[in-house]
Amino acid sequence: MRFSEHWLRTLVDPPLDSTALCDCLTMAGLEVEETTSAAPPFSGIVVARILDIEPHPNADKLCVCKVDAGQEKPLQIVCGAPNAAAGLVVPCALEGAVLPGGFPIKRTTMRGVESQGMLCSSRELGISEDHGGLMSLPTDLKPGTDIRAALHLDDTFITLKLTPNRADCLSLIGIAREVAALTGAPLRLPPRAQISTDSKAATAIRLEAPDGCPRFAARIIENVNPSAPTPLWMQQRLLSTGIRPISALVDITNYVMMEMGQPMHAYDCRQIDGDIVVRFARPGEKLLLLNEQTVKLTPDLLMVCDEKKPLGLAGIMGGEHTGIAADTTNVFLEAAHFSPPVIQGKMRRLGFASDAGHRFERGVDFELPPRAVERAAELILAICGIPGKTAAGPLIDECKTLPARPPVRVRTARVSRILGWTFEADAVAAVFQKLGFAFTRDGDNFTVTPPSYRFDLTLEEDFIEEVARIHGYDNIPSPMVAHGQHMLALPETQLPIAALKQRLADQGWQEILTFSFVASEMEQLLNGEENGISPVRVHNPIAAQLDVMRTSLLPGLLETLRSNLNRKEPYLRLFEVGRIFLSATADTAVQPYRLGGLAYGDAVPEQWGVSSSTRRPVDFFDVKGTLETLVSPRSLTTAPVANADDLLPALHPRRVAYVQLDGVAIGWVGELHPRLVQHLEIPQAPVVFELDWEALREQALPQAKPISRQPMVRRDLAVIVDADVPAQTLINTLENIRPPHIESLQLFDIYQGTNLPAGKKSVAILMVMRDTERTLTDRDIDATLKIFCAALESDHGACLRS
Amino acid sequence: MNHDLASLVAAARDEFAQTTDAATLENCKARYLGKSGVLTEQLKTLGKLPPDERKTAGARINEAKMALEAALDHRRAELANAKMQARLDAEAIDVTLPGRSAGYGGLHPITRTRDRIEALFRSLGFEVADGPEIEDDFHNFTALNTPANHPARSMQDTFYVDNHLVLRTHTSPIQVRWMENHSPPIKIIAPGRTFRVDSDATHSPMFHQVEGLWIDRAVSFADLKQVFTEFLRLFFERDDIRVRFRPSFFPFTEPSAEIDMAFGSDRWLELAGAGQVHPNVLRAVHLDPEQWQGFAFGMGIERLAMLRYGVTDLRLFYENDLRFLRQFS
Repeated sequence: MRFSEHWLRTLVDPPLDSTALCDCLTMAGLEVEETTSAAPPFSGIVVARILDIEPHPNADKLCVCKVDAGQEKPLQIVCGAPNAAAGLVVPCALEGAVLPGGFPIKRTTMRGVESQGMLCSSRELGISEDHGGLMSLPTDLKPGTDIRAALHLDDTFITLKLTPNRADCLSLIGIAREVAALTGAPLRLPPRAQISTDSKAATAIRLEAPDGCPRFAARIIENVNPSAPTPLWMQQRLLSTGIRPISALVDITNYVMMEMGQPMHAYDCRQIDGDIVVRFARPGEKLLLLNEQTVKLTPDLLMVCDEKKPLGLAGIMGGEHTGIAADTTNVFLEAAHFSPPVIQGKMRRLGFASDAGHRFERGVDFELPPRAVERAAELILAICGIPGKTAAGPLIDECKTLPARPPVRVRTARVSRILGWTFEADAVAAVFQKLGFAFTRDGDNFTVTPPSYRFDLTLEEDFIEEVARIHGYDNIPSPMVAHGQHMLALPETQLPIAALKQRLADQGWQEILTFSFVASEMEQLLNGEENGISPVRVHNPIAAQLDVMRTSLLPGLLETLRSNLNRKEPYLRLFEVGRIFLSATADTAVQPYRLGGLAYGDAVPEQWGVSSSTRRPVDFFDVKGTLETLVSPRSLTTAPVANADDLLPALHPRRVAYVQLDGVAIGWVGELHPRLVQHLEIPQAPVVFELDWEALREQALPQAKPISRQPMVRRDLAVIVDADVPAQTLINTLENIRPPHIESLQLFDIYQGTNLPAGKKSVAILMVMRDTERTLTDRDIDATLKIFCAALESDHGACLRS
Repeated sequence: MNHDLASLVAAARDEFAQTTDAATLENCKARYLGKSGVLTEQLKTLGKLPPDERKTAGARINEAKMALEAALDHRRAELANAKMQARLDAEAIDVTLPGRSAGYGGLHPITRTRDRIEALFRSLGFEVADGPEIEDDFHNFTALNTPANHPARSMQDTFYVDNHLVLRTHTSPIQVRWMENHSPPIKIIAPGRTFRVDSDATHSPMFHQVEGLWIDRAVSFADLKQVFTEFLRLFFERDDIRVRFRPSFFPFTEPSAEIDMAFGSDRWLELAGAGQVHPNVLRAVHLDPEQWQGFAFGMGIERLAMLRYGVTDLRLFYENDLRFLRQFS
């Protein structure tokens, strides 16, 4: 909502300067978003009257004007404007004037004729885009008057960012009413028009959908002058609100809307057949709107119709063929009340917006229609009236049940309790008085009736906000809080999110945050085409390449890898914690949190001491080690994946594993598939992983055990098995039969090659043994080794390496 | 000690001093103190002396022997020190070389900011809550007093994944979900990702909010002012912070406020929306507004991070340029 400060001040003029007025509005909830000057800086331009005009002796397109600019003698000014004519009152830049942009005006000679200034168009003054000719000023302006004063160009345009609850401030009178309440300055409304009825012309109004349209005021005015010009002051005021002047009749309806807040529509009487009917659309009806859009009407759209056809979309937009035309002389004026629910959502569905719809869907004062019709009629008679010919018909005000305004109980005690500051009942009453609310008082309690222009006051809390607003939010003190205090639960078996992330950061990994929506192509590339995974689609993506919700964290990690590779980063350890989205059906969406990571580059960052012969690329086991440290002291294992395509076709099928925590699978780790590495043009395969985040957070509460005083015994056990036997299965076999005196089992060497038969490998396991009660003897130790060897032989065909 | 013995000792000292390693020194020692060493030979002659001379001569030889041994020990120590020194010199390292490193990582600045917000509110007894990002229409709008076609819905441009499922446009639905499952007193903050159809230098289609909710018997608008103002002062660790609350509109709070902040005399910045929880929201979760009341707020985490760390372009947070992210390690 943009408006001219000068216009507002004609309605209410508090003793505040522009800045203070804007502050006052902002702090009352009518946020001033922007202020701009009505006109750019210029000087030396005055009102002037063209006295006489002659053709230029040496130029076809120029003429020489004698101009009264309020000085002793007329000035001679050369001008090329097509509309220059004797009697026209125009802006004149005198010698020494400075035009917008700093352009100075000097006395010059144009093709041999002296010119003592310049006559201006409104574009040259920077107040509109109109460059069709000289700006035509009202003829009653006195020549010589500074144009800035004459046209109030030192005005400020104020833009309000109104919240949807304050539709009552979508008009100058609405804002003025608010300013009067806030500042105590008197409100000076235009007096209510008294229109004499000179004709009997009238149309019956039938309200067939009284819930949607409970009130319809109208009036017919006959024999108006269709080509009467819109007065400059009205044009200026409309322009200040961002509305382009079109023709006097249309401008007047717009003006009344901006002044009072009541959207209006003017019809050409020739286009109306019989009565006006306000009804819902019938199946199959169509309407060509003013914006040249044809709408197929649905039965939930409320229409203003005549007896034969729809005339307009009620409260939203009129029809193309029934509005004011250039030759309209008989006008049917409409000002109706349409209830918000019947308008809400319709514009969004139809794909356009209008000033009228914007107001009606928020709520327009239902007492306004007859007053708006009176005001518009007054202005039409004054501006387009032809004395002795123009005749106004009777005011029609068809009215059914208007919106209820049930009174609301407001308790001073509750005002104080909600706001946290003790208000006196008198102070509450004073606020209601300032706002002009009708109320009765019973001790400290009130019964308040919301005014017809407010649609946001239905609960006690709504009035409490009004009290706070007028009192000033900043004037409510905020003492120290004194409420019941409780300690927070601190579950020790749930590792804090921040701590878990910090563990990764401490190991050299950088956290990233990537968009939750990704490209469907990338998803398909990673998941394969026949995987059966269909990502959740975003119906209205912000960009075509962000059209689905991610089903893993891989797309973001790979994208971040690629963008940083472009910046020549040789070494990356990235992780992200976030939701992935596996499905979104009618009522539920599966959207678990995952930890995803990506390692790229060498095993360690480039540094001295790592030569070209000792450096190696990061591999599966480097990342597994990171994950082991991450979850310690819990035990993390990795298990082979039988069919890698079932897990994720994006991964190298022979270098991928399930990650298990205490035997339960919680995710996967692996190298990116060489095909993808090539496709994505990554120089080296990254190792990636994704784990269930919640599972990672679980921690056992430590339980202390007695510490043995007995000596420790270390023994190495080296066995030879087939090369394809997973090492972990050997450990598992030993764990299953592990006697209590085995303290730990740890794989410490794998060997394949000379000295061993082809297809065999040697696996060396370090055993640490200790009894809690006694020193272990050689017999104990040998017995354990024997059991272990037997188990490994029977389970895996292993034999002891000699 | 007679002259001979004295010169003997002096000669031995010289000889010891000439040695450069332990073996040579021990050979030297043998020549004086060994079985047939010069001094040993002298001792052997003692028996041939008359008894009255034997005592004084013995004492003189002994004195010379002790002097020799002292010189020997001295030289041994010198040689050992020299050897150690040589080893130490050989083992010298350039201490100015960089330390060996597995690289360094860090947390994303949004995480860092979020952790800080959580820590401050936890210290005041606020629990941390979470909720889904694909949210249903009911929790994102309807339960927050924003029915279908409400003009307030057009304040936010919503991503839809289904007719009734949206990417949550704010963290406020977490309020509703928490109140559905917990009884007052309720004191939570809920940080998380939010989504709106908006993308330019100051808007990201994905961003982060943190929701705050405190419901008790008499938690008031004044409490909101106090808690939020204190939070801002502690978050920014500045005393010159000005905070203003101005009336605004959100369907789920009444009274509603927009919270602006300014450093010193700088211009006002919008930081958060807030207000007393709307009675319709309380009723939707079966709480009696006559019995329970409180405040809620929602603020953008990016805005706080930008102000705190001097980040000027919102988009940097999601470009994941390591040169940017490492500045927060």
